[in-house]
Amino acid sequence: MNIIVCIKQVPAKDAPLAIAGNWIKESDIGFEMNEPDSYALEAALQLKEKHGGEVVALSLGPERVKQTIKEALAKGADRGIHIIDDNFSQLDPLGAAKMLAAAIAKEKFDLVLTGLQSDDNGFGQTGVLLAGLLDSPHATIIMQIDVQDGKMKLKRELEAGWFQWVECPLPAVLSIQSGINKVRYATLKGIMAAKKKQIPTITKESLGVTVEPTQRIEKIYVPKKTKKTEFLTGPPKEVAAKLAEKLRSEARVI
Amino acid sequence: MKILVIAEQRQGKWNNTSFETLAAAQQVVAATSGIVSAAVLGKGVAALAEELATKDVAEVLLVEHELLESYTPDGYCAVLKQLIESAKPDLVLFPHTYQVRDFAPKLAAILGKGMVGDCVGFRNEDGKLVFVRQMFQGKAAADVTFTGAAPWFASFQSGAFRADLLAAGKGQKAPVKAVKVELKPEDIRTKPLELFKEAKSAVDLTQAPLIVAIGRGIKAPENIAKAEALAKVLGAELAASRPICDEGWLPMERQIGSSGQTVAPKLYLALGISGAIQHVVGMKGSRTIVAVNKDQKAPIFEIADYGIVADIFEIMPALTEELQKTKAAKA
Repeated sequence: MNIIVCIKQVPAKDAPLAIAGNWIKESDIGFEMNEPDSYALEAALQLKEKHGGEVVALSLGPERVKQTIKEALAKGADRGIHIIDDNFSQLDPLGAAKMLAAAIAKEKFDLVLTGLQSDDNGFGQTGVLLAGLLDSPHATIIMQIDVQDGKMKLKRELEAGWFQWVECPLPAVLSIQSGINKVRYATLKGIMAAKKKQIPTITKESLGVTVEPTQRIEKIYVPKKTKKTEFLTGPPKEVAAKLAEKLRSEARVI
Repeated sequence: MKILVIAEQRQGKWNNTSFETLAAAQQVVAATSGIVSAAVLGKGVAALAEELATKDVAEVLLVEHELLESYTPDGYCAVLKQLIESAKPDLVLFPHTYQVRDFAPKLAAILGKGMVGDCVGFRNEDGKLVFVRQMFQGKAAADVTFTGAAPWFASFQSGAFRADLLAAGKGQKAPVKAVKVELKPEDIRTKPLELFKEAKSAVDLTQAPLIVAIGRGIKAPENIAKAEALAKVLGAELAASRPICDEGWLPMERQIGSSGQTVAPKLYLALGISGAIQHVVGMKGSRTIVAVNKDQKAPIFEIADYGIVADIFEIMPALTEELQKTKAAKA
């Protein structure tokens, strides 16, 4: 089974957000693999272990993205592809998907996996858009993948505790729900092997796609408070006493 | 502006976010000008269309087909493409449900358009519609505009608008128009099978009057006992944000948020929860929200009535002790 996993690199979870116009100041902050994508990578590695084949880690973004592809290689991906684009933060979901789809179309694949959404923009559209652009069947929010006789039986999560089984032919695009599996750590051997691997770079121009934005983020800002929060301060004991008083006399829950 | 709201039903039952989105559409029209229409897709859903027709809408489009009995992304995309091409709306609005996430971006892309998903609000800025959505897990908000020609596609987050503000029609019911669409079995490549719920959960968090919830700040499974001790003395149920359940530290049935349970207890005590949108939609209706987090910029403080900027490992034992004292004094 040849599986392409789309992996995004996002600002680290604990990175302070210095807002600059319609994005953030990227200097001085760390970046990491988008957590939902790490579940997609793990799902790909487990499918490969079961059915053979190859796992390709595909990422779009500036030079720093190579680090995240390396991490995927260290965990067991066979090879990486980097579409380099310094203007990545200004792409809309459709633009990013068009570039990824053009790179994927050059590969032979049975499955394309994405995470559910990114921790920065959070559009959650990439997988569904790729399916449209590649004219592949798709399913999203996947909690289990069983492959047999050239097709898949998938467990989709719905809302409010409901699930649904869906049958889907191959090749296909799947968006993986976080928590589907337990994500592995890279082994020392994996890290050493990844260091030796070359990651081919594809330029935006060589993909030959025209990317016209359909939407634009005008600005980002710290959201306005809708509720008045009363902050309780002091040493822990004192704060605890203050809160207990509030719970007693105002919230009336104790 | 001509707005078309795609209302969502499953097995003849509404997804109630549909009515919030319809209310949002009425507010967009009030802030700009134009008309709102609504559409419902399915098989045997004429009664649902009649229900929509009692609302303040210009018309209701009823799309029925044998192959729309169960939702499939291929079926919905094929049919909605035809509907949009014939109805020619400027703006297509969806409730931001799991189903909409599954097909709407693709539908927009088929028509060469983009979609602004998961919006929490809108503004009319000198005749230009600005959509507001959250970024960085709720730590930032973004103003987003469409750049190309209509139709535009957007979805509104559950809870962003109030369904009880949905205006009913004045006088006569709106006309219900049946729309004919072409759909062949071979157009649909995935096959929906049975719907099911996992083994019935032992706890029903929706019924719990008090909830103590933990997030990433709890750091390790062995620390959960500290939160449990606090929940016990308070007489509260223990719940968690998604990452805790993903890690397997607490069972999925204790998860609050868009993929877990939606609760509105008298007290929601959030410990080490940053307040990502996916979590907040599941608990923002709580009567009193208390948040304890080290990071004073954590979005959970946006919705908290009481905030404590501190290490949860200092607050949990102090609060447990304090509440034990209160309890002992009462007894």
